[in-house]
Amino acid sequence: MAVKVISPGLSTTVQDLGRHGYYHLGIPMGGGMDMFALRCANLLVGNDEGAAVLEAVYMGPELEFTSDGHIAVTGADMPFRIDGILQESWACCAVRAGQRLSFEYLKAGARVYIAIAGGIDVPVVLGSRSTYALGGMGGFEGRALKADDLIQVSGSTNNSGKAGRNLPPGYRREQSVMTELRVISGMYVHRLTEESRADFYSDVWKVSTEADRIGYRFMGGHKFSFLEREQPFGAGSDPSNIVDSCYPYGSIQIPGGAEPIVLHRDAVSGGGFAVIGTVISVDMDLIGQLQPNMETRFVEVSMEQALAARKDRRQLLDRARQHLL
Amino acid sequence: MKTRYSFGGDDHIVGEVDTEMSLEAFFKVLLITKLVRAKAIAGVMEVCPANASYMVKFDPDVVAPAGMQEQLQEIERSAGDTDQRIDTRIIELPVYYNDPWTRETLMRFRDRHQDPDSTDLEYAARINGFESIDGFVDAHTGAPWFVSMIGFAAGLPWLYQLVDRSRQLQVPKYIRPRTDTPRQTIGYGGCFTAIYSVRGAGGYQMFGITPVPIFDPRQEVRHLRDSMVFFNPGDIVKFRSMERSEYDRILTDVEAGEYMPTVKTVTFSLDEWQRDIEGYNRKTLEVLYGG
Repeated sequence: MAVKVISPGLSTTVQDLGRHGYYHLGIPMGGGMDMFALRCANLLVGNDEGAAVLEAVYMGPELEFTSDGHIAVTGADMPFRIDGILQESWACCAVRAGQRLSFEYLKAGARVYIAIAGGIDVPVVLGSRSTYALGGMGGFEGRALKADDLIQVSGSTNNSGKAGRNLPPGYRREQSVMTELRVISGMYVHRLTEESRADFYSDVWKVSTEADRIGYRFMGGHKFSFLEREQPFGAGSDPSNIVDSCYPYGSIQIPGGAEPIVLHRDAVSGGGFAVIGTVISVDMDLIGQLQPNMETRFVEVSMEQALAARKDRRQLLDRARQHLL
Repeated sequence: MKTRYSFGGDDHIVGEVDTEMSLEAFFKVLLITKLVRAKAIAGVMEVCPANASYMVKFDPDVVAPAGMQEQLQEIERSAGDTDQRIDTRIIELPVYYNDPWTRETLMRFRDRHQDPDSTDLEYAARINGFESIDGFVDAHTGAPWFVSMIGFAAGLPWLYQLVDRSRQLQVPKYIRPRTDTPRQTIGYGGCFTAIYSVRGAGGYQMFGITPVPIFDPRQEVRHLRDSMVFFNPGDIVKFRSMERSEYDRILTDVEAGEYMPTVKTVTFSLDEWQRDIEGYNRKTLEVLYGG
């Protein structure tokens, strides 16, 4: 099986669960921006949860299948058709050789995941098939897909998909109108004034147009104010500068004290801006489904709450696994 | 120096050895991260040294955050007093300062700069008290540098110069970051040189460019066949100023697969360096240029 790219969409990349152990060299983990949707897409077609899939943002690709197989589309609400016939998302559907997959406009969310039974077959680079576009590595030739690319699908599927099996809404993450991103405060939050810290958590922030796999910039809240200090040697002169340090995934930095940026799975691994907190691991998926202008709030939580949220997410995933067994 | 620990979400912990930059802080970071790696703690996914701090990414389902912090503190205590001596590499990196490519780029972003009427080099030379850019380049190439961190983008090194603090060059970053920087640009921000491993956004001042690739995901470049990333934290680098003709020659050799940078192994002792900075730097450079 192979997939021919008729049109690539806005930015469609090969992603899996990501690569680990190279962040100290500036190579980020990459992988699906909405891991829950990526895992479910794979489960629906009978793949390993970590098989490589296609991630498309804001606009879907048009693809042609070279042989019969099964696919599933999860993630954002972006209706799709096979040869013009509307299909069900979060479900396994059969495709025939020569048929074309196409998408309608995005209705909600940001990223869809397209799993194909067998999994996308591109070379494994540093332990992963994920695309790291900035470094030009992984995925399909280290870049987003282009028209006429031919993407191979692994033939060694031990569990061919069963058309019709699906994951009803009760098995998915709940949607909310106002996205709330839970944050553990820390790192350099002590550099802010009390008021500034309070403003950050009470303001409504809007996703800016600078929002991609590296990070999401938010706007519309109060400008940050720092406590006065003499800048440490080597930090740089702006009060938001620190001696260049590592950036956690999900970390919230405030360059120039202006607008917070939350780093995501293709993060820059370090730099010289103060980080005031980090979005908890389970809420990273929520960011992956944010589109520009969406309203967001940051909610301060404790480590215990973050770990409890992790447990809840694991249970949700376990229920999906059980349902699709 | 007492390390301050802080969690980054539920799966990272950052240890800030010092708020300010120093070789002492960097050596402590190197030592602790080496010990953390050696201990192979279950659940640890990434160990990332930085200039004066470090980060560990862990799986909180395997090792609880509080337990992770206790283990790091234990390692820090046990690291106590070592002789701060490392075996490392010394590398010569030829640089074409004031080159036409970074100049063309910086001219496109003058509106984001502190001093739109100078080039980045002219500005840096002036605020550091040099009469000319030549004097500034002499200072940049004179004493060697430590690779004190890798990151931002794949294989991008930060470097800290082996001079007394009073002689450290310091330059602010751009007021607003550029959206473009040529690959292999020699940049500068705070007290750090950075070498841009890939083309992309950046906020550091741009001084020049090296023809020597430092990141090659395809691992085709001769000196990057074993590792796609050239530098490691702890490497010592000596910059050397060169002209256009040599730049072109090296570029041709790189493309023909014939170029190999000059790399020697060396032992560096922080204590001995502190006792006689200039003398010890001279001795270290003899390893690079001697037989």
